[in-house]
Amino acid sequence: MKAFLMHADRDFDLEQKPPWNEQALLQDLELPSLFSAMAQGDEFLFEVAKSAIVSGIDLNVSAVRYRQDILKDCLRNPLIVRSLYDLSIRAIETPKKISWGIWGMFPESILTRSIDVLGLLVTLLKELRNIATERADRFKSEGFRTLFTMLRRELSDEYIVSVSAHLKQLRFRGGVLISAGLGKANKGVDYVLRRTCESNQNWIDRIKRFFAERPPTYSYHLHPRDDAGAKALSELKDRGIHLAANALAQATDHVLGFFRMLRTELGFYIGCMNLHERLTKRGEPTCFPVPVEPAKHGISFKGLCDVCLAMNSKGGVIGNDLNGDHKELVIITGANQGGKSTFLRSVGLAQLMMQSGMFVAANSFSANVCDGLFTHFTRAEDVTMKSGKLDEELSRMNEIVDHIRPNSLILFNESFAATNEREGSEIARQIISALLEKRVQVFFVTHLFTFAIGLYRKRMERAVFLRAERRDDGSRPFKLIEGEPLETSYGEDLYRELFLDKAVQE
Amino acid sequence: MLTNNTAPFQSILFARSEDRRTTTTEPPFFRDLNLDQIVNAITAGRGHYDIKPFFYASLHDADAIEYRQQIFKDLEDSALLCSLRAFSKSMVEMREHLGWANRFHYRLQRQRWFLDAAAIYCDLIINLTNQLSRFTLESKGLLSVREYLSGYIESDHFLHLLQQTHKLNGDLAAIQYCIRIKGGGFSVRKLASERNYSAEIEATFSKFQQGSVKDYRAQFTESAQMNHIEAKVLEFVARLHPEIFSSLNQYCVENTDFVEGTIAEFDREIQFYLAYLDHIQKFRCRGLEFCYPTVSDRPSELHGAEVFDLALADKLFRADGSVVPNDFRLEGAERVIVVSGPNQGGKTTFARAFGQAHYLASLGLLVPGKEARLLLFDRLFTHFEREEQSKNFRGKLQDDLLRVREILIGATSNSLLIINEIFTSTTLRDALFLGAHIMKKIVDRGSLCVWVTFVDELALFGEQVVSVVATVDPNNPSLRTFKIVRSRADGLSYAMSIAEKYGLTYRRLQERIRQ
Repeated sequence: MKAFLMHADRDFDLEQKPPWNEQALLQDLELPSLFSAMAQGDEFLFEVAKSAIVSGIDLNVSAVRYRQDILKDCLRNPLIVRSLYDLSIRAIETPKKISWGIWGMFPESILTRSIDVLGLLVTLLKELRNIATERADRFKSEGFRTLFTMLRRELSDEYIVSVSAHLKQLRFRGGVLISAGLGKANKGVDYVLRRTCESNQNWIDRIKRFFAERPPTYSYHLHPRDDAGAKALSELKDRGIHLAANALAQATDHVLGFFRMLRTELGFYIGCMNLHERLTKRGEPTCFPVPVEPAKHGISFKGLCDVCLAMNSKGGVIGNDLNGDHKELVIITGANQGGKSTFLRSVGLAQLMMQSGMFVAANSFSANVCDGLFTHFTRAEDVTMKSGKLDEELSRMNEIVDHIRPNSLILFNESFAATNEREGSEIARQIISALLEKRVQVFFVTHLFTFAIGLYRKRMERAVFLRAERRDDGSRPFKLIEGEPLETSYGEDLYRELFLDKAVQE
Repeated sequence: MLTNNTAPFQSILFARSEDRRTTTTEPPFFRDLNLDQIVNAITAGRGHYDIKPFFYASLHDADAIEYRQQIFKDLEDSALLCSLRAFSKSMVEMREHLGWANRFHYRLQRQRWFLDAAAIYCDLIINLTNQLSRFTLESKGLLSVREYLSGYIESDHFLHLLQQTHKLNGDLAAIQYCIRIKGGGFSVRKLASERNYSAEIEATFSKFQQGSVKDYRAQFTESAQMNHIEAKVLEFVARLHPEIFSSLNQYCVENTDFVEGTIAEFDREIQFYLAYLDHIQKFRCRGLEFCYPTVSDRPSELHGAEVFDLALADKLFRADGSVVPNDFRLEGAERVIVVSGPNQGGKTTFARAFGQAHYLASLGLLVPGKEARLLLFDRLFTHFEREEQSKNFRGKLQDDLLRVREILIGATSNSLLIINEIFTSTTLRDALFLGAHIMKKIVDRGSLCVWVTFVDELALFGEQVVSVVATVDPNNPSLRTFKIVRSRADGLSYAMSIAEKYGLTYRRLQERIRQ
């Protein structure tokens, strides 16, 4: 039994190895605040959101759509989905109520405990199946329909009756019957549990059997004080029942595993529902993005917000637009505090959210699914000596190059500025040229004017140049517009800012 | 007991029975040449075969040596080697089973061990015979083993044993019985048609078992011994099948000594080869070579290429050091090698390697080195300085001289003498005087000799004497080489260079980014 709500064909692996650059993504895109918004204080939901979003980068277009459909079902039926989630939690907590007894991990005690736990779990499975039967018509997605069909198919009434019958029979009220052969040193081998004839005979058969000729049988009764003998006999019994005990214990694990997986996979959607509710309450736009095949490069959106910023800022957030169909290079230049980093982060977040099957915070969003997302941001804490910092930046770039491949998306934020502009521009130029040639998509926020203007003058068809500006009236300060790179620098900008302030005051 | 066409196979170690000399005492030169360490290492893990005596008796006949070298050459076929290893492994197993057949408490268990031992024996005989027939053998020794086996396997004795063993094993394997355990007792009867309930349970719950990772099957401690409950069960099973168990009893009485003596002795003797090949394999793995030496009692020249001390190599490998092999060559009248040079320069090692090569060759073994042409010596003498003797000067000098005298009495022109730093306890003048006199006697005798000495002058004795020295690194004279040789006494900016360092230039990136 599988839930298959995260992937159409496999379990969601909460423990899966995150991409090698997980830490960079978490830090550069400020992902933990997204996870917190989804988790609403629930640590488990936080972990699920983290794993699903960071590793979503590996999904293909149809896998993304698979989740989108399920999420749409969830948003339509929040109460039913939350009750399924609660049921899964109740199931997981069942074994904690049943003690292990005093005998520990011997086949006999494993068997007894499994009979008890499985008995309770079967009741919960039945409850789950009933929901699946009654509410099926309200769910349209392939994922939910498959799950509900599976539950109805696997858990028929007849099956549940036969399981209960076995659970009763396995208490062996009439003794244990075991067959064996002679192995090495004439020791018993191939112990097999046998079904006693009486258990499936009616009373007439029993009477017939009583009067039938009995095969030669030799019996032995232990002396009441023969403790070693009792121990040996109980081990013999264990050899007979241990496969059955194993089957039952594994079945218990499996059913528990199913409920755990159901909880984990639903947990992702519960997180999405939580986030959706919050964004809707704040009046922020949400939409299901349109994923495109990896090789069809391009990214376009309207009113895209940085979700994390939207969640935490008091006023409304200004969304950005980009008409980047068929584009592979987006260069963002312009004033400090102009919203460049926010823009870059919102692109990365939306890309990750889209690829994990979520909605995004925008009026519309469409992009190709990328084969790996990389971030190369300058890091404030890395400021040491200039040469040391360049070395650090380039060594990080070196690692990225080891993993990057065609159709990857890489976001640069003020990279390679830790040297003079001419050299920084040259390094950036060489790197970007090589990446573009290898069909890597690039977003680059930069102050390296020589670099930016050099690319601009090439009049590349697949490049877009955006500029951050502050308008004199101070309104809508974070909107980016298309335009030729302007020669600005941090110092000049700051100087101008101070000078202008003074001028205003005077 | 055997049929008449059985080949007169005697021994895989000795071509003729008169070559067989047995001694259980280590030859006197063993310690000096560290041969004791080598033989200990070779025979480690094979103590129960008692094969050390084979390494104590050198052969003095080129044919006897050839007999063994031929066998080693056949054993270069690793498949053949594998077959023989499998054979001796099975023999070990068979003997273990026989041991248990004597030691176990319950009779029905002892009898089964005995039956198993015989079954292993039958198998290993058949396997070895079949496998030997598949190889192209060149050696007289293995050819006659093959002939012997093909006779043995057809003998009535063996065929009878084989047939009985099969029958009993089949009968016992077919027995199936049922135990019912209820309360404080159990009963045993033959298995009727009761269904496998485990399978039924597994089938019912299988849909819940998919992808299970945890295994709840109990790990039972499998002792070969039985407790009294198991013994009782077995006793009941025997009562349910009286005919099978009485023929098992009969079988054990009839076949008490089923192992053929020749096979047992072959198993022991073949260890000589297997042990040595096992031992040298670890050196071969690390690039050291072994070769078949050419031996002669009247050699026109002697030489060795990349010869090394096998005992030292073993030690060095344990410490991850590397071995320095050495060459030597004696031509025409040359009979004595005088080794001089700095301390700790590998002089003694050279002398030992020389002695070891000759001794190992005399056992018919491959020798450590790339190529070797060696003397088939009649006797081997060594005289190494010993720490424990240096208590008083006069006594020690006297001991030295007595020992040398003994050697010179025994040595012939075909003897090998290895002398290491004697006369260190006397004055240089004495050492020179005594050395020169002894040298003259050795040269007159015509014995082959390696003499390690600090007395350089000995190297100038005459045309029969060759001087070799331990060398040092010419660039750093304090470095020993352990070699013993024949001798008288760009335009980028800083930032771009960092980019270059990380492989981030345009050109490098084009190569690096995967498609």
